[in-house]
Amino acid sequence: MSNAYLKEVVNKSYEYGFVTPIESDTFPPGLSEKVIRDISKQKNEPEFLLQWRLKAYEYWLTLKAPQWAHINYPEIDFQKISYYSAPKIKKNAPKSLDEVDPQLLETYKKLGIPLHEQGRLAGVAVDAVFDSVSVATTFKEKLHEAGVIFCSFSEAVQKYPDLIEKYLGTVVPYRDNFFAALNSAVFSDGSFVYIPKGVRCPMELSTYFRINAANTGQFERTLIIADENSVVSYLEGCTAPMRDENQLHAAVVELIALENAQIKYSTVQNWYPGDEEGRGGIFNFVTKRGACRGKNSKISWTQIETGSAITWKYPSVILQGENSVGEFYSVALTNHKQQADTGTKMIHIGKNSKSTIISKGISAGKGQNTYRGLVRVLPTADNARNFTQCDSLLLSDTCGAHTFPNLEIKNPTAKIEHEASTSKIGEDQLFYCQQRGLTLENAVSMIVNGFCKQVFNELPMEFAVEAQKLLEVSLEGSVG
Amino acid sequence: MLQIKNLHASIQDEKQKSKVILRGINLNIKPGEVHAIMGPNGSGKSTLANILAGRAGYDISQGEIIFDEKNIFTLAPEERAALGLFLAFQYPVEIPGVNNMYFLKAALNSLRKQRGLNELDAMDFLTLIKNKIKEVCLNESFLHRAVNEGFSGGEKKRNEVLQMLMLEPRLAILDETDSGLDIDALQTVAKGVNSLRSENRSFIIVTHYQRLLDYIVPDVVHVMVKGKIIKTGGKELALELEAKGYGWLEEQVVVS
Ligand SMILES: Nc1ncnc2c1ncn2[C@@H]1O[C@H](COP(=O)(O)OP(=O)(O)OP(=O)(O)O)[C@@H](O)[C@H]1O
Ligand SMILES: [Mg+2]
Repeated sequence: MSNAYLKEVVNKSYEYGFVTPIESDTFPPGLSEKVIRDISKQKNEPEFLLQWRLKAYEYWLTLKAPQWAHINYPEIDFQKISYYSAPKIKKNAPKSLDEVDPQLLETYKKLGIPLHEQGRLAGVAVDAVFDSVSVATTFKEKLHEAGVIFCSFSEAVQKYPDLIEKYLGTVVPYRDNFFAALNSAVFSDGSFVYIPKGVRCPMELSTYFRINAANTGQFERTLIIADENSVVSYLEGCTAPMRDENQLHAAVVELIALENAQIKYSTVQNWYPGDEEGRGGIFNFVTKRGACRGKNSKISWTQIETGSAITWKYPSVILQGENSVGEFYSVALTNHKQQADTGTKMIHIGKNSKSTIISKGISAGKGQNTYRGLVRVLPTADNARNFTQCDSLLLSDTCGAHTFPNLEIKNPTAKIEHEASTSKIGEDQLFYCQQRGLTLENAVSMIVNGFCKQVFNELPMEFAVEAQKLLEVSLEGSVG
Repeated sequence: MLQIKNLHASIQDEKQKSKVILRGINLNIKPGEVHAIMGPNGSGKSTLANILAGRAGYDISQGEIIFDEKNIFTLAPEERAALGLFLAFQYPVEIPGVNNMYFLKAALNSLRKQRGLNELDAMDFLTLIKNKIKEVCLNESFLHRAVNEGFSGGEKKRNEVLQMLMLEPRLAILDETDSGLDIDALQTVAKGVNSLRSENRSFIIVTHYQRLLDYIVPDVVHVMVKGKIIKTGGKELALELEAKGYGWLEEQVVVS
């Protein structure tokens, strides 16, 4: 392929790179038992939670950061990070939107997430997390009427400690991995969802994460419980200011689906990716896992990963229930010097459990994109099925795509199918589009969008369009 | 409308060796004319079409391409398209996941934008395309499939004609649009071209078969052999070629 054909186009900068000048209560950098006790005290937590944090911290101290992923980054100095930062507020927590700092409302408005009544995203309830704390949750009353609990994690700890104690850490124990242990020790806030038996959540739930303060890590914790026969769709979005230093984001998400329950979890991840030279950007080390505990339960992950300097995440499903279903649909795009090592684990335990994995990796510039997957079928999982499809699209000669699909099959009745492809964006496709009148940039984004179609189809309507646009922006300056 | 003057072109093959394909092409196409180009496999017909449309990767060592009094040498493919140049591909390209109708709408509006016209809205576009798709005898379901994906050979060619009808080019190059078509489809393609024929629109029809030229009667027929146009004549030249093949012409070239 003649590379001269693919010309360099001007780079558009990251749209969400602004900083909100707001006064914050920020802990000085450093991590110690005292810091953890302080976080817990700040949040007025029950004793069981403090003890859990401390155990996690103790365990974390024995660990080293994992090295196995296909990513390179300078060692993180965990003592240089601040573990808590919250915008200063008059009272403990704003009771209504009117009490939320107008600066914050303005910030979310700029991000396209209006929190005010009249401007609210139609049909979507939003929990807005700013640095370490949740600043507002919309549509609370309406959800309350349906019996749905949707609030910040901190609020849930105060109001529903029993649910927290019952479920927290049952899907991702603090011993799970280095970043999960760290998160368990220092997590500050996040979202909590409980859908009671038989309830179909009347609207999309969404959390919007925003990192603002410098030198702080964001460690949020999300817990979603779908009780028997309930249905919920949840979306997570995130952005951060442009800074030359890297910032750490180490979240944990736990999903629990009981009998006949369905959880659909979608992510549009657009953390600041760093500049063309690879300066700055978010280190995104996330543990996401769902447990299909009940019969016929279903958990579906959809992720559009375009941001972050480094992405390390493997949204997984433990298929315990009979006939349970796990799905993973992923688009990961790496441009410039971004690195992504992402994929999924499907652990089949229940009979007739079924999983589908569709992964689309797009690499441009000097981006490195790795799919890492594990399909494990335990002896109990008679007639388990998995279908995996991993496609990689390369937009330059300097980028890389890697796939590591792992299989561990311990039951002979399992049916496993795997398809994989790697292709370079076709010169004839580009020429065809251009001959019909499309500019090179539009041609590239059209072809890439087509490549991702299977995954976009899984996104809730409101966000499919956004995801396409995001991809276009992230691709600008990528052809060459 | 189009003048090609002494066009020489070569390409670098996999071993980085330069291979000469076009060796001094001259062509002069006036508004309203239909020119047929015939010639043996590998003689450079598609290469010429690609170069006219602005495909990169060729070494143009000599010559000029003048379209509407303008040297289009430095123009990108989409800019040439905006001037009204259209190429129906010998091998139409599949674009998985991209809706055929969406593609056409984006293409049409991109051309309109480049020409300083406002974009067609969804309703106007729909009305237009529903009319045009009937002309090429394709079912409307093709609008909702991905561009050319899984289309049969003949369906791809009809889709090319549909695009041509939608984009209404000033110069359309049809590269073997008749290959692989059944008899009905051949007439459909011919009808499509004839419906567009007008005094300020021109066509270059690349074909191996004189049959298409029964339906689309050309003003001029060229024979291209080894990167050169070695004979030019009227429509009867096509009949002669059909009867005698290319051998006699090639011998003439060798002799002269
Ligand atoms: N990218 C390329 N690399 C190497 N050789 C090429 C390339 N493109 C074209 N050629 C060669 O140039 C010559 C002309 O090809 P072209 O496709 O223009 O022929 P054509 O006249 O259209 O033939 P046909 O009637 O079979 O379609 C052929 O020998 C072909 O192999
Ligand atoms: Mg050809």
